[in-house]
Amino acid sequence: MEYIIIIISAIFVNNIIFAQFLGICPFLGVSGKLSTSVGMGGAVIFVMTLATIVTYLIYQFILMPFGLGFLQTISYILVIAALVQMVEIILKKVSPALYQALGIFLPLITTNCAVLGVAILVIQKDFNLMQSVVYAVATSIGFTLALAIFAGIREHLELMGVPKGMRGVPIALVVAGLLSLAFMGFAGLV
Amino acid sequence: MNRLAYLTRGLLRNNPVFVLLLGMCPTLGVTTSAINGLGMGLATTFVLVTSNVAISLVKNVIPDKVRIPAFIVIIASFVTVVDLVMAGYAPALHEQLGIFIPLIVVNCIVLGRAEAFASKNRVFNSLLDGLGMGLGFAFALTLLGSIREVLGSGAFFGMKFIQGDAILLFVLAPGAFIALGYLIALINKLRKV
Repeated sequence: MEYIIIIISAIFVNNIIFAQFLGICPFLGVSGKLSTSVGMGGAVIFVMTLATIVTYLIYQFILMPFGLGFLQTISYILVIAALVQMVEIILKKVSPALYQALGIFLPLITTNCAVLGVAILVIQKDFNLMQSVVYAVATSIGFTLALAIFAGIREHLELMGVPKGMRGVPIALVVAGLLSLAFMGFAGLV
Repeated sequence: MNRLAYLTRGLLRNNPVFVLLLGMCPTLGVTTSAINGLGMGLATTFVLVTSNVAISLVKNVIPDKVRIPAFIVIIASFVTVVDLVMAGYAPALHEQLGIFIPLIVVNCIVLGRAEAFASKNRVFNSLLDGLGMGLGFAFALTLLGSIREVLGSGAFFGMKFIQGDAILLFVLAPGAFIALGYLIALINKLRKV
């Protein structure tokens, strides 16, 4: 039951993009086409889950016992950057097909603030390891969902007669605002 | 004259938020009031200036292959400094900005300026560049914060001038997207003229 609440809350009620404003750069950057946005979402699910597990263990077993909590930001960003590199190398060797699908998105993920954000949030929320993993998976599914919905709308937007000054990013932001309004309908669900 | 240009281009012509569209997460996330926007902007300015200076100083020592990880470590150190100083001296603001303070590390503007400018230029010019970009960012956040605060809670820098409720939407999440969207459209229009 507790896990179901975490999942629903992370995907719908506190959607990482529409309610928490993390990961906006890839949200605006790669949401032009539905296929690329799903690819990006897949890469984020993969990396975010892995990064959350690794950083959680580092925090609990290295930083906390030695009283090094203030090194959190530095160690997390280094671990995430190294992890992304490693995933890229391993995927290339082990599963070339998956690498073909996710490859170009992986380097972008290092600077995706959603990954670092979730790693810090699970510590702030005092989750245990299992809760953290569930939270990370659900959050990244919420990210993918938001990206896919938004990309679908943007594909249609291409064909619309948008006023000149509003074309591109401004209209995309207004659409995101309306979507965010729609997601507010989920508030009170949990 | 040339040096002045380093300082001023970040403010308007190459404004990181309105023109380059970088650093969107804190721009949308913390601008529920003008003072929050200003606080976040100044924290980012500090990180931009100090990391630009530090990177410019050590640019000849760092091997080319590991420069990005090295830049990230330098930036993360200054972010930790800001985080701890704010927690100590401005706990209320630190509470408000929350997770967006450690996330300055992944703000594209900071790494972008380190890679594009500080790693190639002299110390003083890098300082001016960081200051200009940082103040441009702070200006954008304060402007967006003011607009959302005036429309959303009928106040300006905490001073209320409307009794009761204003357009509550603008302090909530959707208002951030909508206000920024129209602001960028307006600025696009003004730049063309």
